[in-house]
This record gives sequence, C-alpha cells and structure tokens, in this order.
Amino acid sequence: MSNGPVKGFDAFKRMLWEENPVIGQILGICSALAVTNLVKNTMVMCLGLIFTLAMSCLTVSLMRNVIPRRVRMIIQVLIIAAYVIFIKIVLDAFLPEISNELGPYVGLIITNCIVMGRTEGYAMANKPYDAVLDGVGAGIGYSLVLLPIAIIREPLGLGTFFGMQVIPSDWTKWNMMVIAPSGFFALATYIWIVRALKSGGEKR
Amino acid sequence: MDIQNVHPFVIFFAAITTNNILLTNFLGMCSFLAVSKDLKSSLGLGAAVIFVSTFTAPINWLVYHKLLVPYELEYLQYIAFIIVIAAFTQIIEMVVERVSTLLYLTLGIFLPLITVNCAILGCALFLVIRQYTFMQSIAYGLGAGTGWALAIAALAGIRTRMEKKSKVIPELEGAGIALVITGIIAMAFIGFSGIVRIN
Repeated sequence: MSNGPVKGFDAFKRMLWEENPVIGQILGICSALAVTNLVKNTMVMCLGLIFTLAMSCLTVSLMRNVIPRRVRMIIQVLIIAAYVIFIKIVLDAFLPEISNELGPYVGLIITNCIVMGRTEGYAMANKPYDAVLDGVGAGIGYSLVLLPIAIIREPLGLGTFFGMQVIPSDWTKWNMMVIAPSGFFALATYIWIVRALKSGGEKR
Repeated sequence: MDIQNVHPFVIFFAAITTNNILLTNFLGMCSFLAVSKDLKSSLGLGAAVIFVSTFTAPINWLVYHKLLVPYELEYLQYIAFIIVIAAFTQIIEMVVERVSTLLYLTLGIFLPLITVNCAILGCALFLVIRQYTFMQSIAYGLGAGTGWALAIAALAGIRTRMEKKSKVIPELEGAGIALVITGIIAMAFIGFSGIVRIN
C-alpha cells in the first residue's frame, strides 16, 4: 500500500484524503450506508469509530511484540470488541435513544473492516504514537465521508437537520432519501466526485 | 402481531426479500463489493455465507439465551458472538481441508473472510434485538444467508456482463458502479415489501 514506513503526522494526514479508508480502499461501507439518514446518529457513530480506532490501535501497538503471529487476528478482534462494549455501555447510559436507533450497528464496529485493516496493516508493525495518529486519521477520514452524505440525506428526506426543521413543512419530502437505495446512490455519487477531483489534480 | 407467533417459514421468506440483510441493512458490503467481480467466486462465497449463517445463528441463540441471560452477562454478547463465529469458521475450515480438497478450494478459502463479514455478526445481533425463538433463529440464519448469496450472485452476473458490453465513466469504475447497480437492485427489492411485514 505505501512505500516505506510512514511516520507521525504523515500517517494521520494520508488517511484524510490520499488513502481515505472509505473512498480509496472501499472499507467500512456497511455503516457508512446504514446510519447516514440522520445527522445525529452519524455523529455518534463517527465518534464511536474514532474512539475505537485510536484505542485499539494503541493497544495492539503496545502489545505487538507479545502477540503470537498465528492467533493475532482473533486477539485483535477481542481487543476491538472490548472497546466496542465500552462504547455500547456508555451510549446505553447517556444516550439511550440513539443507542436504540443505531441498534446493531454499534456492535458492528467490531467487524468494520477499517478497524481490522488499521490494526493489522499498521499498528502491528509500528510504534504506539504513530499507530494512534494513524487510527485517528482513519477515523476522521471515515467521518469526512459520512457527514456530508448524512447532511444531504437528512434534509432532503425528512426536512430536518440535527432533528430541527430546516426546510419549510410544505416541502415534499423525498422518502427515497431515507430508505436503503438512496444510501447506495449517495455513496456512489460521492465516490464519483472525489475520484474526479483526484484525477483532475493528477493531470495538472 | 407478536413476533413469537410468526411461523419460521415467514421469517425465512422475509429475510430473503423484504429484510434482505445486504440490500436493506447494508451488512457484508466489504466482501460483497470486493468479490462480486467474478461470478464463480461469488457463488462460492455465497454458499459459504449461507452455511456459516445457518449454523452460527442457532448456536449464538443458545449461547445468548442459555448462557449469557441466566448469568446476566448480556453485555458480553459481542465478544461471545465473535468468538463463536471465529471458532466455528476455524473448525469448519480444518474439517473441510481434511475431508475434501475440492470442497476446500471452492468453499474453504472463503471461510477466513467470513469471520469478519458483518452479515454473520449482524445476523446474531438481530436475533437478540428482534427476540426470535430458536426455530425462528434457524430460519432467519438460513434466510439471511440465502438473501446475501442471491444479492451477490445477481450483482456478479450484471458486472461480468457489463464489463464485456458497456463502457463506464472512468471515475465510477469498480466500486462506484457496483454501488449504483446495488442501489437499483435494492429498489427492485422494495417491490417485495407488500408481501410480508416483519421487523
């Protein structure tokens, strides 16, 4: 993926644009599609993912010399699962409504390929400081994709933004934007725009 | 309608059509997009998903209701489910490798991929959230797997044909166009929503 080790702040920066986990590597699509019909849920999901990524990258990186290679996958999954349980408990305690709406998708952070990809691909071979930056970068890169999609889908579909009415109520709601198919179309359009911008940049 | 009284067959049917785990819940997208370039491996992965989800769903049901609930350890469900799934795929991989080389080559190579397939874990989490009974959980596992396999087979078929016959905008090639096609398939599946109504 990258040539030579990427250290420090560069590891953070490349995740935002060049190697954005959702656009560039097509990872973590499940939740990117499922939660983006409400901005509030998307925010919570993004914060949850950033937290999980940072903490599990840190833990895996600290333990990288003691984890036996053969069982490293299952150990990584268990570390990630532990942090996700932590998030779930916090959500249940402080934001029970959102926790209910997100339903299984909080638990599904465990199998979100971005987290596994970063711990396996980067944290296993790098120092804790770099690993955390890389993890947070990937999390923010993920949020940079989800938030714009949510910001488009919620007002068009429900006429609200962050739960507040922003579009006059005589606006005909696009029910389409709230249900499943529009998620696919929105993400495809986003990928299209980003790739067009990227290839435009390369030509210059 | 109370969910406990719904016939398992209805759940099976709903899991394939109206509540398709991929098209309405977006689960298992990563491997769905990565593998669907080729029809043959799509069918292999589809079969593996059906197999694993059919067996892990009832196992996870038993673990949750007979082990975690009596000891009030519900908050450990994520770890318990992921261990069950990982262990199950590992065991099946070893068995398949010993028993038949042909089966290993068609199905076995996909098993490690399935451990981190969100469709399988999602299946287990939905069992708990929707409070299915044991029989319903078997039906749901089978239905969810079948629905997933159906979707990936459809997409792979369309993609292979499209590669030969048509020209795609360069920026949309690969994942982009796959998402658009999936969106259209999802729209078609909405047509089923009048048949059975189950959450």
